[in-house]
Amino acid sequence: MKKLMIGNQAVSRGLYDGGIKFMSSYPGTPSTEITEFIAKYDDVKSEWAPNEKVGLEAAFGASLAGVRSACAMKHVGLNVAADPLFTMSYTGVNGGLVVCVADDPAMHSSQNEQDSRHYAIAAKVPMLEPSDSQEAYDFAKAAFDISENFDTPVILRMCTRVAHSQSLVLAGDRAEIPAKPYVKNGAKYIMVPANAIKRHVVVEERTEKLKEYAENCPFNRVEKGGKEIGIITSGTSYQYVKEVFGDMVSVLKIGMPNPLPEKLITDFANSVDKLYVIEELDPIIETHCRNLGLKPIGKELFSPLGEYSQEIIAKAFNLPAKPCVTADTPVPARPPMLCAGCPHRGMFYTLAKNKVTVIGDIGCYSLGAQPPLCALDTTVCMGASVSGIHGFLKASDEKAAEKTVAVIGDSTFMHSGVTGLINIAYNGSNSTVIILDNSITGMTGHQQNPTTGYNIKGDPAGKVNLEELCRSVGINRVRVVDPYDLKACDETLKEELAAKEPSVIISRRPCVLLKYVKTAPPLSVNKEKCRSCKKCLSLGCPAISFKEGKAHIDATLCVGCEVCKGLCPFGAIENGGIKQ
Amino acid sequence: MTTNVMIVGVGGQGSLLASKLLGAVLTEEGYDVKVSEVHGMSQRGGSVVTYVRFGDKVYSPIITEGEADYILSFEKLEAARFAGYLKKGGEIIVNTQEIDPMPVITGAAEYPSDILNELKNKGVKIDETDALKVAESAGSAKAVNIVLLSRFAKRFSVPKEKWLAAIEKTVAPKFVEMNKKAFETGYNL
Repeated sequence: MKKLMIGNQAVSRGLYDGGIKFMSSYPGTPSTEITEFIAKYDDVKSEWAPNEKVGLEAAFGASLAGVRSACAMKHVGLNVAADPLFTMSYTGVNGGLVVCVADDPAMHSSQNEQDSRHYAIAAKVPMLEPSDSQEAYDFAKAAFDISENFDTPVILRMCTRVAHSQSLVLAGDRAEIPAKPYVKNGAKYIMVPANAIKRHVVVEERTEKLKEYAENCPFNRVEKGGKEIGIITSGTSYQYVKEVFGDMVSVLKIGMPNPLPEKLITDFANSVDKLYVIEELDPIIETHCRNLGLKPIGKELFSPLGEYSQEIIAKAFNLPAKPCVTADTPVPARPPMLCAGCPHRGMFYTLAKNKVTVIGDIGCYSLGAQPPLCALDTTVCMGASVSGIHGFLKASDEKAAEKTVAVIGDSTFMHSGVTGLINIAYNGSNSTVIILDNSITGMTGHQQNPTTGYNIKGDPAGKVNLEELCRSVGINRVRVVDPYDLKACDETLKEELAAKEPSVIISRRPCVLLKYVKTAPPLSVNKEKCRSCKKCLSLGCPAISFKEGKAHIDATLCVGCEVCKGLCPFGAIENGGIKQ
Repeated sequence: MTTNVMIVGVGGQGSLLASKLLGAVLTEEGYDVKVSEVHGMSQRGGSVVTYVRFGDKVYSPIITEGEADYILSFEKLEAARFAGYLKKGGEIIVNTQEIDPMPVITGAAEYPSDILNELKNKGVKIDETDALKVAESAGSAKAVNIVLLSRFAKRFSVPKEKWLAAIEKTVAPKFVEMNKKAFETGYNL
């Protein structure tokens, strides 16, 4: 029976039915659920790795040992895992190896909208791109066969709309694939120059074979329609094209964006009067067409920015817009924000109050940039806070160290913050690094990490002691504070900024959304005592608003963290609200 | 023919369960179904939207301006934000609860409390329910999603029993009775 699945669940099921035995990933929206669903299978060894590079290298190790393995990540995760990927292209695999990467056009939850197809071209590995959950299932399963038949890692490219859209899937049964023996083969696996030079030849030969395969593979198909318009498209764009045109135009649907089929594309182009290429983000297929001497209409009509939709495509073809009614009164924006009771709030309030420069990082705490806290100066990539503050202080005068901190979450610190901290100790900058330890990987929806003491299955696991780790790399001043205690936050921050050597402040309290965290009854505002000073509003807590000239606490949202209570100069915030 | 339903609200209000139930009922009915939502950052108290599309054959997973047959809104302001997605003759089913967004909390903007009347005056069909009150009377403020869904179910050809059966299958056992009560109350309003 067909089942409704998000694309990521379908990938997971496809990998499972394809015989996967090992998976290691780092969470990242919109890829996280692939590995979470794999973790539900007891006959697959699955793990959260500290970062994508470790995950892919572990998956490669499992492939070397002879089993089918995979690694999943978001698009920017592939930047981290690019190093192993490029050379694994040379070594090839033993057991099938699938690299799932999820792009995020429109940046729903990302810092850029890079197009992962460039990686497939640059690393010279085949890439498959599904356009709905059924294809996600089929392609993931088939990717293992391609990997083993062509002796290469295979990239499965998802995007937000495929990864997080549910559609119906007819799944099959799990294939039991016996492990292949590992055979020592230095010429294939030891990539020193003498061997790698020879393997590069193999890679180029493989690409030629894959090009031939692309001409007749089941992933690329022509859907004959009218002769006037021919559209080459892929991924979710295919769905929008079909939504607008149905069977009225001819479509070449590309399910394998690397390597692209030359003859299939040329024949299709010659069979229609006017050729269009509709692909989200960069003009990969379009450029390929131009290299073949074709002249498609592409990016001059369709933006390289954001996601497409049936509306965008209809508009590009001058089809009439659908009538709609909107309000004339402006609708205030509703940006995401730190949750009520978020442990990051107390520390960000302290940073804002002390007017320090905050070199930021990737995680829930990037929401600290929002008004009214505005307590963030940069957000670039995983780990960039700890490395960045070092360079910032090296290039600034001595006084800067008294007014600058780096902030990074526990999971991000494990991912790539610790190397930056080693650099601070080794190359000596007077940096103050704040580890916002909420005991979980928060933004991606609560995944375990090496600091939590639990593994992907929720079983007890090895636990990194952050204090000892920081001391062992050479940081003498390591302090721990509770971010609900504003006074302690303020004192600790001032002391560590003033200290003449590097320090780490661990701001420790578990994420308030964690199931084991017990919340307190809501607080309420004593309207008699409230003098309308609005100091509590400066916390940016979604539970606190200003109603009829006084502060007001929404009892459905308040979790009783009491940070605002400590802040109120008039003692107007009291316990004893009633939970609704 | 494809029917388009949007579920909009504020991150954390429980739209996930509403779309899950809707998806389950529609699949059972034999429709081709697509449900699309965005996870991650926007869920942190931000404006969230889920698209549900069903019919004989559904291509696009998303709904664009002027296409929605129904908009189920968990919050008043969000109904106004997405009103442009409604097709001519479509209907907004809204929980009249007001949740201040951060620009209103900080005083940078005002909450437009009269905005639904403005839309009504422009001819938009709106079904207003204090779903929070109904949910609370059924036993939990969290059942707002079920109340709204019941208002939609009333307008749709699937018999009530099938929705109740879907609740039994989808919701954790200890919450089944409360959610069924919320559904019945909303349905019979």
